[in-house]
Amino acid sequence: MTEQHRFGNNINPITCHAWNKDKTQIAFSPNNHEVHIYKRLGNEWKLLDTLNQHDLRVMGIDWAPNTNRIVTCAADRNAYVWSQDKDGKWKPTLVLLRINRAATCVKWSPDENKFAVGSGARLISVCYFESENDWWVSKHIKKPIRSTVTCLDWHPNNILLAAGSTDFKVRIFSAYIKDIENAPEATQWGSKMPLGQLMGEFVNSSAGGGWVHNVSFSPDGNKLCWVSHDSSVNVADATKGNAVYKLNSEFLPFLSCTWISNKSIVVAGHSCIPILYGYNNSQLNFIAKLDASQKKESGGLSAMRMFHSLDKQARTENSDTNLDSIHQNAITCVCIYIGNKQKAAKISTSGADGQLVIWDLNSLEKSIQNLRIE
Amino acid sequence: MSATLKPYLSAVRHTLMAAMCLDNFSSQVVERHNKPEVEVRTSKELLLNPVVISRNEKEKVLIESSVNSIRISISVKQADEIEKILCKKFMRFMMMRAENFIVLRRKPIEGYDISFLITNNHTEQMYKHKLVDFVIHFMEEIDKEISEMKLALDVLLQ
Repeated sequence: MTEQHRFGNNINPITCHAWNKDKTQIAFSPNNHEVHIYKRLGNEWKLLDTLNQHDLRVMGIDWAPNTNRIVTCAADRNAYVWSQDKDGKWKPTLVLLRINRAATCVKWSPDENKFAVGSGARLISVCYFESENDWWVSKHIKKPIRSTVTCLDWHPNNILLAAGSTDFKVRIFSAYIKDIENAPEATQWGSKMPLGQLMGEFVNSSAGGGWVHNVSFSPDGNKLCWVSHDSSVNVADATKGNAVYKLNSEFLPFLSCTWISNKSIVVAGHSCIPILYGYNNSQLNFIAKLDASQKKESGGLSAMRMFHSLDKQARTENSDTNLDSIHQNAITCVCIYIGNKQKAAKISTSGADGQLVIWDLNSLEKSIQNLRIE
Repeated sequence: MSATLKPYLSAVRHTLMAAMCLDNFSSQVVERHNKPEVEVRTSKELLLNPVVISRNEKEKVLIESSVNSIRISISVKQADEIEKILCKKFMRFMMMRAENFIVLRRKPIEGYDISFLITNNHTEQMYKHKLVDFVIHFMEEIDKEISEMKLALDVLLQ
């Protein structure tokens, strides 16, 4: 039902991971300046390559499935595009980001002709390949971002870009590069789209506050979901006149979110379990925890031990160090493993405990009572 | 355990669990730096509202959190002059050995006796609930320790 994986003897947190097109290879960073590429052989993982070019911690990795290129960005303010040469070695090309703070996140556009990099310099670099000069150049989106850009996601039309930031706002920009693409068609979010045009701006909470941790466009592109530090899940719906639906949860803040169909969202974060939310007709609701691990039964005299530890440490459980969930520390990254945002069959999560877990949604649907993923 | 200690500790525990949701966050003021925001205080949007939990006017905990670090400051009960001296000496002893305690801050925040600084590196390397346990355990033991030392001192003086 769920597969747990570790890579070699890596116990460091996995900052982020990305899969190649046929999901046989994974690129991840073990919380340092390196990016490791592993290949799956049955239940084993074999280290194929180590991308060793950054000199500070890698913050973002994205693997373009069709053109088979990896883009990485790091706290050393650089981004590299890696492509494979004939004998399978990955070769880096430096991207001119023109930023002076850490690059925090990176995402290929759906057509893979450009990518966006968010940074602590309060701007987004939209990068594309300039064939005359044979390098990657970037254009900046600056206004009105007031703090570090923490997350990005592309609209399926390859033009619109959603960005969440620590200034408690989610924004949708146009990332239209007129040098390389045709004029875009109008979308639900607006029709006029020069580069950097602000198409929508959503305040995370009316009370103010809540760093935005992740954003995700729905597969039809009309809805935008984000998770923030106030433990809420939010959906902005363009078909309803940019109305925002907010659901505060009882869990610790979520760090990552993704749509797994047009009506379902998987979120995960500091609670160490992935959770499924549904969005249907402007109703955002909790569906299920995907991690159904049972509490471990502690041996004899449990009542006495419970009261003893309650008295001593004001908490019920004392004997077990491990958490009940599969992940033992915050989940930082949720990716779709099999399928796509339209219909995902398996998802993968990685976290600060250095584990990669693959969740089979179809078998979870069968095993958890009343769980239906639409 | 007295009647007010348990709710006090459980309030501290729940606040710590919620406050200790830390991320790795590079400085947006100095390039290529990564500093605990709760200490440098350069971007006010990265700080959360501080929380004070107090059991009585002398015993209280200040929890300040930020995007990548939290600072916990504890004020310990000091009933008389001897307890005050004992507490000061004991805290000084520990803070001089702060690197062995990993999460201990070398100086307390003004108005408090001892401070802990927990960053995202600590929550990555250690279990979060065990870190919280450690702080709670410390708060329990410190009172006991000081009253024991006071007794020992009384015996010595006789």
